[in-house]
Amino acid sequence: MEPQEVVDLVRRVLGDMVRDVKIWKGNDYIEVEIDASSIREAAARMKEAGFDHVKDVTAVDYMKEGRFRIIYNLSSYNNFDLSYYIVGLAYDIPRDKPETVSLADIYTSAEFQEREVYEGFGIIFKGHPDLKPLLLSPPVAEQKPLRKDFIVREEPEIKVEKKR
Amino acid sequence: MSGIVRGNVGFNDLKIPGMWSRKIGKDLYEVFIGPQHPGSGHMRIIIRIDGDIIVEAEPDMGYVHRTMEKLSEGRAWIKAIPLFERMAIHDACNVTLPYVRAVEKLLGIEAPLRAKYLRVLLCEINRIAAFLYGFGIFGVFLGHSTMYMWPFGDREVWVELAEWLTGARLTHTYPVFGGVRRDVPEGFTDSLRKAIRYMRRRLEDYRKIFVDNPVIRARLEDVGVIPRNLAIELGITGPNLRASGVRYDVRKNHPYEVYDELDFEIPVFQEGDAYARVHQRVQEILQSLRILEQVADWLDKHPREPVMHERFWKTAPPLYKKIFQETGRVKLGAVMAIMKIPQGKAYERGETARGEISYYVESDGGNKPYRIRIHSASARNALVYKYIVPGHRVMDLPAIYGSIDYFPPEADR
Repeated sequence: MEPQEVVDLVRRVLGDMVRDVKIWKGNDYIEVEIDASSIREAAARMKEAGFDHVKDVTAVDYMKEGRFRIIYNLSSYNNFDLSYYIVGLAYDIPRDKPETVSLADIYTSAEFQEREVYEGFGIIFKGHPDLKPLLLSPPVAEQKPLRKDFIVREEPEIKVEKKR
Repeated sequence: MSGIVRGNVGFNDLKIPGMWSRKIGKDLYEVFIGPQHPGSGHMRIIIRIDGDIIVEAEPDMGYVHRTMEKLSEGRAWIKAIPLFERMAIHDACNVTLPYVRAVEKLLGIEAPLRAKYLRVLLCEINRIAAFLYGFGIFGVFLGHSTMYMWPFGDREVWVELAEWLTGARLTHTYPVFGGVRRDVPEGFTDSLRKAIRYMRRRLEDYRKIFVDNPVIRARLEDVGVIPRNLAIELGITGPNLRASGVRYDVRKNHPYEVYDELDFEIPVFQEGDAYARVHQRVQEILQSLRILEQVADWLDKHPREPVMHERFWKTAPPLYKKIFQETGRVKLGAVMAIMKIPQGKAYERGETARGEISYYVESDGGNKPYRIRIHSASARNALVYKYIVPGHRVMDLPAIYGSIDYFPPEADR
């Protein structure tokens, strides 16, 4: 299966929900940008189309642009051809209102990972069965450590003066 | 039971070493197992039991969380390799290889053919060592102390081989961007073949004392059954997935390095219980031995050639070049530490001993990563505790835990 065929499949499945598609270097990662409002519908359709589990759920903080990008990287166990590819279902949410909907009831494999995004970025997943920090303790999770404005102060760079 | 001490919280609270329990309803007790328990440790499972039957289980992870995703954002690209190794130190090559490959993808370079074979060589050595480590821990959980001693002793063979090849027993930092750090030493392949023969013989011994042992069979058969559909739905990975009848292995489904040129099979079992997972791991060791034999043959047949992409050693100082050409050892130049990676995103995955690990790498064109998302095999498998354990007896919990080959430092990242 060629990457373009996967793109065609995704376009056929998602229809006009697709805003942008990009095939990244290596030709095995396809990023599909959609609207935040259509994520549940899109995920349900993608699952029907054979993308049966999420490889990972993550968020990226674009602080300067004032947005978070949430990415569900989908793949397949059942379909050999699709399993070569990762389709990243991505959408943006505003940084000052970090709220979105949970996909844990559609993809059970996303359940713990949404908790990880919640603790790292403080993004609320509405409808999640048990939204609480997974790896961090609650006081640390409150500081939202994976956001770009949380700066780790360790290992200061030592500048060595040149000896003459 | 002599080990039980009455707690001072209430009459119904029991204090057992390594466990703490309280009554939360009629005939319902909540038991905290871990985080220090007599096995691998660093992970707590909170179970609610009615009599001896677990009605609810909740994995409580994060005791060895080292914020790797955040730490990697603050340091040079190459410094993330020794950091990520700490996820699973005995499986270091498998764990870091996808990251190295993701960055190579962004750079648009590929390692030389010999370096690819050397990467596969260390990957498989690591895989066998990690399986043996898992067997040892499994032996502890089941109270089978011979199965703890033997695999840990035999693992030494593979750890020694890795040390000879890379210079370090566990955290090798062997694959680097553009190639590997060293070529094989003289006489390495002969020792490798000897180790392969030894391992085949030992697996027969394991079969007699552990795999075919009636006590072990009684503890494991029909315990912790993961049906095929549920395994896919939960996104379980590695030998656990294949023991549930799903033919999925990154080495076949998304071949990397030279795995598509090597001849090996993906063993699959249909039962999905803890006993099938034991057989699965034994079969996977045999397949790894088969791969190692082919790699040894290839290394013997082909002359030495550079194990590093020319981009990195072309500009190296003359002394570095001399060391590289004479000994086959790569000295990493300063260019590695200040290297800027072109803007873009890459996704790369690899098959570790415990299953699939994936890296989402994003670069903004700087000398540090913008965002790296790691999802490791054990983290995927953690869902098993929530969805598979309920319905079993407390006695079955160690059997399930051991058969999943859960490794907390890898899961917590």
